[in-house]
Amino acid sequence: MPRIFFEKQSYACQDNESVLDCLTGHGVPVPSSCRSGICQTCLMRAVEGAVPLAAQQGLKETLRAQNYFLACVCKPTNDLKVSLPDADVGARTKVTVLAKEVLGGNITRLRLGCTLPFDYHPGQFVQLHRDDGLVRSYSIASLPQREEPLELHVRHLPDGRMSGWIHDTLKTGDTLEISGPTGQGFYLPGQPDQGLLLIGTGSGLAPLWGIVRDALAQGHTGPIHLYHGSRDASGLYLIDELRELVEQYPNLDYTPCLSGPDIPKGFAAGRAEQVAFSHLPKLTGWRIFLCGHPTMVAATRKKAFLSGASMKDIYADPFVIATDSIKPAA
Amino acid sequence: MSTSLFEKLGGNAAVDAAVDIFYRKVLSDDRINSFFEGVDMDKQAAKQKAFLTMAFGGPHNYTGKDMRAAHAPLVARGLNDSHFDAVAEHLQATLKELNVPAELIAEVMTIAGSTRNDVLCR
Repeated sequence: MPRIFFEKQSYACQDNESVLDCLTGHGVPVPSSCRSGICQTCLMRAVEGAVPLAAQQGLKETLRAQNYFLACVCKPTNDLKVSLPDADVGARTKVTVLAKEVLGGNITRLRLGCTLPFDYHPGQFVQLHRDDGLVRSYSIASLPQREEPLELHVRHLPDGRMSGWIHDTLKTGDTLEISGPTGQGFYLPGQPDQGLLLIGTGSGLAPLWGIVRDALAQGHTGPIHLYHGSRDASGLYLIDELRELVEQYPNLDYTPCLSGPDIPKGFAAGRAEQVAFSHLPKLTGWRIFLCGHPTMVAATRKKAFLSGASMKDIYADPFVIATDSIKPAA
Repeated sequence: MSTSLFEKLGGNAAVDAAVDIFYRKVLSDDRINSFFEGVDMDKQAAKQKAFLTMAFGGPHNYTGKDMRAAHAPLVARGLNDSHFDAVAEHLQATLKELNVPAELIAEVMTIAGSTRNDVLCR
């Protein structure tokens, strides 16, 4: 009979018994509600071992790709090592600052070299740990398959403890630790002709820059529309790089949007999400990625759904405001 | 053994097809959408799915007590028969849109209607 490994213990799973029943039967607290594979309260992740397909029914594609499953309907046929989704994502990895560069818009681009292999999808985020225990999350803008250094965009926030320190003190050659990655907002191949809509504000461009380049590198052929918004032009960055990418890929469209009064040539007037919805009023069948200010993300997500996008095709990782910073800050 | 309502409707795939259409109708309806202000959309969609599964005669573990506990804060905010009827209307319209035969729609509406007193905490 298969064994379930959870937090350094292992439990025998009876024939036809679910992972949920096995764990709770041994006194392991696992949250659950409907117990019929619907409400997704008992979401867990298989760290090792394959889960039956039936245990992933109804989950977002990106969750499936990371071996998440529903414990209540998972009747394993082989050994599984499992964890709860909010468990601290494992070991920390040492990284070295390879380059630090100001991109404009109060954004510092960090390029980090990892001592050990670090698997991630562009668009996920990592937790950055400083020696004194300060932790902040930042989205990943680089592509792993090109063996680029890990790229993070850090917006210098007023009174931001981590971002201020990165901006003022951190220098090339310094070492830090990262953990993760976490987050469900990333590109998966399989529907190369689907329309992709990406809307970001401020340093919310970081994951979108990663996702766009990832989609292009994986041969996405459908239309890709990226909207990046700020109040004025000084708040936007990577404009030239994105325009060059548009020259190379006819299916890519990039619209820098400004919500302030001055609209230079080449920029759209209005907030990024307003401009996007005016260009694309019907979103049936589109896949959507949102990153930026929490209020923008929540309102845009709802509007995208009401405009026809399916819930499972809308990716917006939660963006929590900390007292002295935003998490993830990029 | 006769085929269950859930099987006749198409099981989980039918619920998946219905949930987006149903939830979109509910969120677009100004009579009821204020009850959904500020809720987490993913969690809410999962709840809508659990409700549809139950109404479709599928597997569920919801009890009248769960229904009451979940809706009590909404009843305190004024949830009444008119709102219940509006949601039922959207359920019926969703099933019509998916070309579900009338006799099966009637069965679903009977199950959904049976939750009225629990939802309204009476």
